[in-house]
Amino acid sequence: MELWFTERHTPNVKFSIKVDRQLYTGKSEFQRIDVFDSKEFGRFLTLDGYMMLTEKDEFIYHEMITHIPMAVHPNPKNILVIGAGDGGVIRELTRYPNVESIDLVEIDELVVEVSKKYLPTTACRLDDKRVHIYYEDGVKFIRRCENKYDVIIVDSTDPFGPGEGLFTKEFYGSCNKALREDGIMVNQHESPFYDEDAAAMQRSHKRIVESFPVSRVYQAHIPTYPSGHWLFGFASKKYHPVHDLKAAKWNMLGMKTKYYNTKLHAGAFALPNYVEELLKDVE
Amino acid sequence: MALSQVNAPIYEALRRFRRMRVVPFDVPGHKRGRGNMELTEFLGEDCMNVDVNSMKPLDNLCHPVSVIRDAEELAAEAFKAANVFFMVGGTTSAVQSMIMYACKSGDKIIMPRNVHRSAINALILTGAVPVYVNPEVNSQLGIALGMSVEQVERAIRENPQAKAVMVNNPTYYGICSDLKKIVELAHEHNMLVLVDEAHGTHFYFGDNFPITAMEAGADISSVSMHKSGGSLTQSSFLLMGKNINSDYMRQVVNLTQTTSASYLLLSSLDISRKRLALSGREIFAKTVETAEYARSEINGIGGYYAYSRELINGDSVYDFDVSKLSIYTLPVGLAGIEVYDLLRDEYDIQIEFGDIGNILAYLSVGDRDRDIERLISALAEIKRRFGKSGADMLTQEYISPIVAEPPRKAFYSDKISLPLEESAGRVCTEFVMCYPPGIPILAPGELITEDIIKYIKYAKEKGCQMTGTEDLNIQRLNVLV
Repeated sequence: MELWFTERHTPNVKFSIKVDRQLYTGKSEFQRIDVFDSKEFGRFLTLDGYMMLTEKDEFIYHEMITHIPMAVHPNPKNILVIGAGDGGVIRELTRYPNVESIDLVEIDELVVEVSKKYLPTTACRLDDKRVHIYYEDGVKFIRRCENKYDVIIVDSTDPFGPGEGLFTKEFYGSCNKALREDGIMVNQHESPFYDEDAAAMQRSHKRIVESFPVSRVYQAHIPTYPSGHWLFGFASKKYHPVHDLKAAKWNMLGMKTKYYNTKLHAGAFALPNYVEELLKDVE
Repeated sequence: MALSQVNAPIYEALRRFRRMRVVPFDVPGHKRGRGNMELTEFLGEDCMNVDVNSMKPLDNLCHPVSVIRDAEELAAEAFKAANVFFMVGGTTSAVQSMIMYACKSGDKIIMPRNVHRSAINALILTGAVPVYVNPEVNSQLGIALGMSVEQVERAIRENPQAKAVMVNNPTYYGICSDLKKIVELAHEHNMLVLVDEAHGTHFYFGDNFPITAMEAGADISSVSMHKSGGSLTQSSFLLMGKNINSDYMRQVVNLTQTTSASYLLLSSLDISRKRLALSGREIFAKTVETAEYARSEINGIGGYYAYSRELINGDSVYDFDVSKLSIYTLPVGLAGIEVYDLLRDEYDIQIEFGDIGNILAYLSVGDRDRDIERLISALAEIKRRFGKSGADMLTQEYISPIVAEPPRKAFYSDKISLPLEESAGRVCTEFVMCYPPGIPILAPGELITEDIIKYIKYAKEKGCQMTGTEDLNIQRLNVLV
């Protein structure tokens, strides 16, 4: 018997992983949640059939979305994370001793429950005493925040479904308002490769450019996401992501990482020409 | 088998018809879409398949004897009306039919001046003469309110030969008049009561809404099923009370209605009526809950005022439709139309309308919580990014007109075109209005004043979509020679 998980990356491209067994399936108010075990990628989580993370490659995503802003901001103490119910971003953030408070806003409580039970690799630090979890729509939560955070990490799903609001101009504007005068926002920025993903990427880039004085894009290679070529957005009120990188200071922390390092940090902002063009089109 | 509200006779007939796979040698010429593939790909095969002509198994709207009649009877039961007609020319055609039924040339009809243009159009068609009851205006919000009973009474006393009283209930903003009292007064003086209930379909199906026209004893009402009722754009219902001769009404409707009624529109009315009859209560409870939530959040932003039942004053605001999300924007320093444009241009959010000082976001069961959050956040962002002090803003939505000639006479008289600036003191022969909401600033036969010219220029400058005039740029107005 063969059991395969398949995700449609475009109407003409499919990506499949051979499944060992299904550990969980459930439906929340917002989406369908599934957890599988596989030989190649270990345990993996899908929402509405879309790949969220696998044990094998999640470190790439979580390190790159977390350490980039943390190595640029001189003194990040108050952090807001939106989405990220799987706990991966929290795991990385709690490694910084100087972080005082982490607010996690996740719309779907069931994602956190399921992650705690089945995904200990990522959900291991959700009980850290600095972490405060709010089960709320991120768009609504951030509307009430002003001049409060040093770093905001937007770990959203895709620009359709429950995460839709996290790709809108009103949301990015609210993030700007919620950040301190030297704050940084980093977001999951979709992929430049397939047409539909690229269009979503451009749309969200345009909205961020209109909402922040500094707005750059960086990349990473994530094997289980469509095309494997993935982007993140770096937006800030003040700091440049490369010129203001405090490499020596970050390296002094002595943090062991599998993907991120400060040389790669600078390199990640060097983009292929076709991506630069896509971005320029909307800037 | 007796029909009940779970049935949708037109819809069921179309499904039966589709299974018969009848070969079409009749119109429409697209022949179930095969003759126009680009359109079929765009709209879908299912849609093209039921775009068919009247025929025996599907009845005929001009002379309904089978499934359309059944569907109309079910609608009558659902709306607690004596008779209901399916309308395919929008609520505009329903409003015109009500007036054409009630009035002949020269007959008087009492109506508020802040009616939709369709009502004044009907006056041009019939030659009926309006007796306007000027609505009270809320001085803070600048909006026209409902009809005061005292003013209606005075109009009836001064015009005892008038044939009908028309009431706009609720208004676009959600304001209701004392319909029951107005019906009593009108009936005591042998006048019919016609209600433009375009924005009140949901009153018939939800709990705790203002009184419906049929319940208040009104004679005819026009309800835009396609607004809060969920049917397709341009489909509508004409409701009749027991004193209306529906067979004569059908003849009136047929004077102007198409003989090729669209089955897409008819089936959408049928299915939507079924849906509201079966689950309207829950549907509208959810809509009201959404509206109340949005109001409290928007009022929490500061500056904006999302108003509600606190406006009720026992007369010109006798009741308020809480499913409406009307918001006063001037304290943020932005005209309603400016907020309306910013929502679309900056935030990809399209609302129903913006006028001088207000916006209206249309809510329905189709709204998702996350979209409501977007609307609220976008309003907060607009205030943060674009807000200014509210000085120097026009506040008046409504200017009482001075009627010089009946609409029909003015419309058909000899006229000349004058630049807007030079038209003060002349009698206008055409409409000028912002659309939406489509309530005329000037109607044919009304005197052009400096105040009105100022209003038109201001509305143009703020970006209102102005319509009605022969000159599409609204730089010139037609006036009586």
